[in-house]
Amino acid sequence: MALKFPIFMDNHSTTPVDPRVLEAMLPYFTTKFGNAASRNHAFGWEAEEAVDYARERIAQLIGARDSKEIVFTSGATESDNLAIKGVAEFNRDKGNHIITTVTEHKAVLDTCKRLEKQGFDVTYLGVGTDGRVDPDDVKRAITDKTILVSVMLANNEIGTVQPLEAIGAITRERGVLFHSDAVQGVGKVDFDVQRMNLGLVSLTAHKMYGPKGIGALYVRRSRPRVRIVAQMDGGGHERGMRSGTLAVPLIAGFGRAAEILIHEGKAESARLSAMRDRLRALITDRLDEVYLNGSATHRLPGNLNLSFNFVEGEGLMMAIKDVAVSSGSACTSASLEPSYVLRALGVGDELAHSSIRFGLGRFNTEEEVDYVAGLVVEKVTRLRELSPLYEMHQDGIDLKSVQWVAH
Amino acid sequence: MAYSTKVIEHYENPRNVGTLDKADPNVGTGLVGAPACGDVMRLQIKVNDRGVIEDAKFKTFGCGSAIASSSLATEWIKGKTVDEAEVIKNSQIVEELDLPPVKIHCSVLAEDAIKSAIADYRKKQADRRAVAIATPAPSGESAEARA
Repeated sequence: MALKFPIFMDNHSTTPVDPRVLEAMLPYFTTKFGNAASRNHAFGWEAEEAVDYARERIAQLIGARDSKEIVFTSGATESDNLAIKGVAEFNRDKGNHIITTVTEHKAVLDTCKRLEKQGFDVTYLGVGTDGRVDPDDVKRAITDKTILVSVMLANNEIGTVQPLEAIGAITRERGVLFHSDAVQGVGKVDFDVQRMNLGLVSLTAHKMYGPKGIGALYVRRSRPRVRIVAQMDGGGHERGMRSGTLAVPLIAGFGRAAEILIHEGKAESARLSAMRDRLRALITDRLDEVYLNGSATHRLPGNLNLSFNFVEGEGLMMAIKDVAVSSGSACTSASLEPSYVLRALGVGDELAHSSIRFGLGRFNTEEEVDYVAGLVVEKVTRLRELSPLYEMHQDGIDLKSVQWVAH
Repeated sequence: MAYSTKVIEHYENPRNVGTLDKADPNVGTGLVGAPACGDVMRLQIKVNDRGVIEDAKFKTFGCGSAIASSSLATEWIKGKTVDEAEVIKNSQIVEELDLPPVKIHCSVLAEDAIKSAIADYRKKQADRRAVAIATPAPSGESAEARA
């Protein structure tokens, strides 16, 4: 079977829409185009039906008791903003302390930075070399002014899965609200809002083979009842938590995507883990000085983040230009700073510059894995021939002892 | 940000990749950048008696634009005198390779690499002359020479 180029192995940045999801969406663009808030006619009723169906599937996917607990938003960035700002504003009189981690997505970190400017106090917990946060650190950080703990389910760069159940036990005991940005992990790794004692969860469709532009925030209704201040004012949609006409076609797609994961998620994760492990083995069997970033065991099934010593990440991406991946190298970011996530792990700058993130997904094949592995080995070998650092390493020079003339 | 065809060309067919003998008195070695910055260039020149760069070699740890900048640099300096090579400006590299603003620093590093190789070569020449002067001449004029 012929390979199709370019090969997409960047499923942590986004995913293609599953044909079944697209099919579920189309009627709501064409014939069933009603506004779900139109209570008085069939166009509205059938739109509302689609929305309710999606709410139920999404609730089922995450273990929520009531589909009313699903609030639709424009995406996980908005959900993160709504959760954190919403809780902060509601609880301003109770306390002003928030706990989160240094490896969170920018949507969480930047929201926290804004709250800091408004007088909130934020603790950014560090992580271990595998990227995991220690639940005891959470326990130690909680004060009587703490109103929220926010820890992501799985990291988008290094794939590390956080110990949410242990953290949830602590927050339940101390009576503190627990939020998780579950974008990368939901439907792919073990996740349940009851077992993990979560009060708020951010979700998005486009990381689970759904359309871009739609996400959700799970807001628990009992034990405890979570109250947030809306960030979008208007017609009072979503029980007053998020005004704005619902994007019915996108929601229909989101619901179908969730439904597919409910039925196929487990088997898919097993398949992706095996493919990812194969990709890793095919590369590390033929190259030396390759390092895995993130936990080897607590990891997203499709994620592989490797540093190829002595070879710069963007140069390697250009070399494998018919394969779409991403890098933690500064060259690929507008700021010329290497990935803050890799930095947080303690990965040195030069290995951070040499990292490549592979994100396998539903539509990748074993044939693609074999091809990409071979290509990576070939190109890394070639770039090492061009690398003064590799030559120095082979000559036995300790690169850490060299006096570099940086500018 | 797509790569310019020229950058890709230099990456696919880099000119003058390799290593010259550091110990050779006619070889100047420039090593600029730092692994922590994601850019390291080593550029070497071999200069003949008439001050002409007869060979140049490079190796680079860096992105496609960095590799292309240093490859181009070696291409340009071969056949030039040391003085001519010294006045090559990074802006010329930017223009030739169509480098976008965010990659201009790669061209700056390439210019630095040329200058660094030349400085190393000149230093070696100066050291050799110093040794020649310090070595006593048969007629015993060394005292005057050292003054």
